[in-house]
Amino acid sequence: MILSGRPPRGRTLQALVIAVTLALALAPFLFPGVKPLNVAAKVCVYALLGASYDLLLGYAGMVSFAHVMFFGVGSYGVGLALYGLGPSWGAVALGLAAGLAVSTLLALAIGLFSLRVQAIFFTMVTLAVSYAFNVLASQLDWLTGGEDGRSFRVPEILQPGFRLIDREAFGVALGGRQVSYYLVLVGCVVVFLALLRIVNSPFGRVLEAIRENPFRAEALGYRIVFHRTLATCLAAAGATFAGALNALWLRYVGPDTALAGSIQIATLVVVVIGGMGTLYGAILGAALFVVAQNYLQTLLGAVSTAAGDAGLPLLPGLFHPDRWLLWLGLLFILAVYFAPAGLVGALSREDDTTP
Amino acid sequence: MTPSLETRDLAIRFGGHVAVDAISCAFRPGELTAIVGPNGAGKTTYFNLMSGQLRATSGVVLLHGVDVTTLGAPQRARLGLGRAFQLTNLFPALSVLENVRLATQAQAGVHYELTRPWPLRRALIERAYAALEAVGLEGKRERRAAALSHGDQRKLEVAMMIALEPSVFMFDEPTAGMSVDEVPVILDLIARLKRDASKTILLVEHKMDVVRSLADRIVVLHHGRLAADGDPATVIASPIVQEAYLGVRRGTAA
Ligand SMILES: Nc1ncnc2c1ncn2[C@@H]1O[C@H](COP(=O)(O)OP(=O)(O)OP(=O)(O)O)[C@@H](O)[C@H]1O
Ligand SMILES: [Mg+2]
Repeated sequence: MILSGRPPRGRTLQALVIAVTLALALAPFLFPGVKPLNVAAKVCVYALLGASYDLLLGYAGMVSFAHVMFFGVGSYGVGLALYGLGPSWGAVALGLAAGLAVSTLLALAIGLFSLRVQAIFFTMVTLAVSYAFNVLASQLDWLTGGEDGRSFRVPEILQPGFRLIDREAFGVALGGRQVSYYLVLVGCVVVFLALLRIVNSPFGRVLEAIRENPFRAEALGYRIVFHRTLATCLAAAGATFAGALNALWLRYVGPDTALAGSIQIATLVVVVIGGMGTLYGAILGAALFVVAQNYLQTLLGAVSTAAGDAGLPLLPGLFHPDRWLLWLGLLFILAVYFAPAGLVGALSREDDTTP
Repeated sequence: MTPSLETRDLAIRFGGHVAVDAISCAFRPGELTAIVGPNGAGKTTYFNLMSGQLRATSGVVLLHGVDVTTLGAPQRARLGLGRAFQLTNLFPALSVLENVRLATQAQAGVHYELTRPWPLRRALIERAYAALEAVGLEGKRERRAAALSHGDQRKLEVAMMIALEPSVFMFDEPTAGMSVDEVPVILDLIARLKRDASKTILLVEHKMDVVRSLADRIVVLHHGRLAADGDPATVIASPIVQEAYLGVRRGTAA
């Protein structure tokens, strides 16, 4: 295949990746309604966010805490451009371009500054820089709207009131939300495919070599500081795209949707439960995580009520919907324990050849 | 003819211990130099200083007449220095083919190629096949490097250096730990490389019969110092080797 030298291994895995992709492609028709479409869009965004993080974590073996910052740069780039310039595609393009430029420069600075020293220093610098960025974003009230963030209008075709066609298609009214969803989906697919191509390029293989054995990679003539820095920039660009698409979908940008530490943790969880170093893992991980995040509470609520009705002690409290994070954490620990290589690793364990 | 690799008063100390002590030596194209010496003599450390894995405390390293003392391993590799390591040093999770392909890729200077996927890089893949064939690993291309036997890992280690097509080859005990029937593949390969008069070969080797059959010159290290240097017959016969080297190692004449 032109895109990848390594298609996903194993039938179950291929079937799962195809099933999730198809479900996302047909989401507006399969799961009509406001909440399901929100969930589907979030799966797309997290799949891309996870895939771009995987380029760093799984391929280059680098731990970054600044990934959500680059996501935020994309979100704020598009959000503030639309807020300031009004709802036009020009503003979207400008915001995205500005976001990409800022992200790349930040990534370049972080990489060149920290990677000359040691990989652990890189991790600490990403933490420090993203913290500083968060403070800056909430302090620059006049620009970012501070803690309240900014709500903005999107180009007309993306607005909820917009009608694409008057009739319904397959029983679904096609309006601005559906168009927005497909913009998010297509955007994520295109950037995901670009990432897929990158990890399977000669450069991508060098990243894996550096992860496996930096000492040997240097002995072959690879200057690993530059490779790691380039990987940081590319991953940052991927996260910026994800952030921009997310802002367009939400029509809002603020610290809690663009910069929250919980997004960074969610990204890590997506990549780890999906399987590091595979890229496809991010699709499965995102689907699992976002669906769990959104429906675990409903499920727990049902269990809790049922337990309460049955007069069981303790259980209603344990399964209270507010405890969903506890259960998610538990599921995460179990997943890491029983499938350390993630879903992809667990499903493709068929031979002793390459991953 | 300018030496392809040369050291002048090269030294490194680890704390109080001088592991390589003011070694001046030059290696020329068309010459296979065996470097011998007891365990801990400083052979690997000397190699590391020349190929850039370690930085010298004092002294100079010249590669093709260029002072590379302050350059790192990647730059020296790009200038034509190839290294096979004593302790096998691979990319364990990658396939055998990918290990070698990383070397052909480096050789071709394909460092930051993002968009052209591997299947379109036939030439690099073909060269990787050739390197694997040279060490007899062509049947195990798709195996993970970590899953290979010790002997096969040693062969892969050598194949990666061959694929790099360096002008200076540095073998650090290439046959160590190999079973008897695996050794000839590597020795034949070195003998073949030797026929190319433009190549400089350095070989650290404990087995004296191997040294005798391949070396044009023997350099003896002892306690980090250059203890003897000359043609094989003279060096082997010299008292310092008889005593300091052959005397302490068991089974060296085997
Ligand atoms: N990084 C290091 N730090 C401290 N001491 C070191 C280091 N590397 C090597 N040495 C010491 O330098 C001396 C030379 O070691 P070296 O590995 O070069 O020997 P060698 O001749 O290759 O031995 P062998 O035949 O066992 O491979 C040894 O005493 C070793 O303990
Ligand atoms: Mg040694």
